[in-house]
Amino acid sequence: MKSAKLEARRVLTLALCGAAWLALPNGAARAQAPAPATFSPPGEAAMPTGPFGDAVKLGENIFRNTPKYAPQFTGNTLSCDNCHLDGGRLANSSPMWAAYVAYPAYRSKNKKVNTFGERLQGCFRFSENGKAPPLDSAVMVALESYSFWLATNAPTGAKMAGRGYPELPKPAQPPSYQRGQVVYAQNCSLCHGADGAGTAAHGAVVFPAVWGKNSYNWGAGMSTINNAADFIQANMPLGMAGTLSAQQAWDVAAYIDSQDRPQDPRFTGSVAETRAKFHDNPLSLYGTTVNGHVLGATAQ
Amino acid sequence: MSRILRGLVIALTVCLGGPAISAAATPPQASECAACHGANGMGNQASGFPALAGLPSAYLQAQLAAFKNHERGNAIMGGMATPLTGPDMAALGDYYAALPVPAGPVPPALPAGPGADLAQRGDWQAGLADGIPSCDSCHGPGGAGVGAQFPRLAGQPAVYLAAQLNGWRDGTRKTGPLGLMSAIAHRLSPAQISAVAAYYAALPANTANGAKP
Repeated sequence: MKSAKLEARRVLTLALCGAAWLALPNGAARAQAPAPATFSPPGEAAMPTGPFGDAVKLGENIFRNTPKYAPQFTGNTLSCDNCHLDGGRLANSSPMWAAYVAYPAYRSKNKKVNTFGERLQGCFRFSENGKAPPLDSAVMVALESYSFWLATNAPTGAKMAGRGYPELPKPAQPPSYQRGQVVYAQNCSLCHGADGAGTAAHGAVVFPAVWGKNSYNWGAGMSTINNAADFIQANMPLGMAGTLSAQQAWDVAAYIDSQDRPQDPRFTGSVAETRAKFHDNPLSLYGTTVNGHVLGATAQ
Repeated sequence: MSRILRGLVIALTVCLGGPAISAAATPPQASECAACHGANGMGNQASGFPALAGLPSAYLQAQLAAFKNHERGNAIMGGMATPLTGPDMAALGDYYAALPVPAGPVPPALPAGPGADLAQRGDWQAGLADGIPSCDSCHGPGGAGVGAQFPRLAGQPAVYLAAQLNGWRDGTRKTGPLGLMSAIAHRLSPAQISAVAAYYAALPANTANGAKP
């Protein structure tokens, strides 16, 4: 009985997700643009000197080039800066100054109160497909120092305008892999490649991988369609932010998050069980069947 | 006269880039190109003629086509490109793509200042929709160039780089993927254009020898 139920889950299809989509509450939809951010982090020239300044600078270096400055904790070619633009300074690009003052906070993802450091550990484990740096490690101290400095004079616990990515309204039509494929080819593949692997030149990663072995894993927030859609519409294509419609952002997010990527590190040994435990959400396609392939079944 | 010049070009290119010659034969028009872009294809800093050597063939061919069909406005290059056929453009593109890029002196430190800031970090003061991504985020670290769509900026003449940015602003250069450069150029101030053009002009074109980490 149990295995039949798991099997049913395992063969969830995009079409079923579409049906589930229609049942989603519409309460989160927001028609108008988010309130403009009123907080500005200190300028680069104001960076402190001395031992604390060294930690802040190291934190910025790790943030902007994670594989180079924190290789021992990084399992792919992504840098923090790829999803938090302008070195974590930019409003509506999940800026670090807004995140810093939002912790400690309860997270349903791991069902406990997380410190800011624990939240950063999650980024390494999932988005960086790496290992969580110990809380007292130099890497963690540097990233916390950098974030603390960016949040200079920000009110603790306040709801900061510009935090996270602006939440997109629910689109008119359920997200579509097929339409997303067209959006991707027209707007994304120039930099991220038709195979999603990104682009390197002269030995440096220039455009990050959006799927495949060098991208974020199935445990990352970005592997859930709504998170990816929110990020994409507000931030991408780089330099052309806001040019994709909400529908296009949803569609291309569904397309990107229908591709193979590294296994969820919480993998229990069974894709169906891992889906039931961690991806019980119509906006995660993990464990569903796309183009005849069960996502998550092939560890990247 | 032109035969002598052509002979000189061949002699020079054989001397400077022997192996490259076997990869792409010297097209007959190259002697005319050499008058401005140099026999080694490295351009002319003072006059603002860009280097062509080592740029991707597909990029060079696209530019010749754009000059010919007036999507990239330039009186001299329009005249030069008009008689060229597709195969001519391919031969020229392949030829210049194969020319070696001489290694420049390694700068002790990268030039600092507002040009460097724009190149490496961009300017996001105006927020996401109107912000300026760093040039390096598409053209690669040190402006070394990425693929056929994001050409090398390092070592190109400042006059040339500034003219291109202004060309996108005034609509005389219309080409480029997704309209990216047109959109970005419109957000740049004249001071930013001068600064960033001077920054890349100061970097060695051969980034194997001087690019930032």
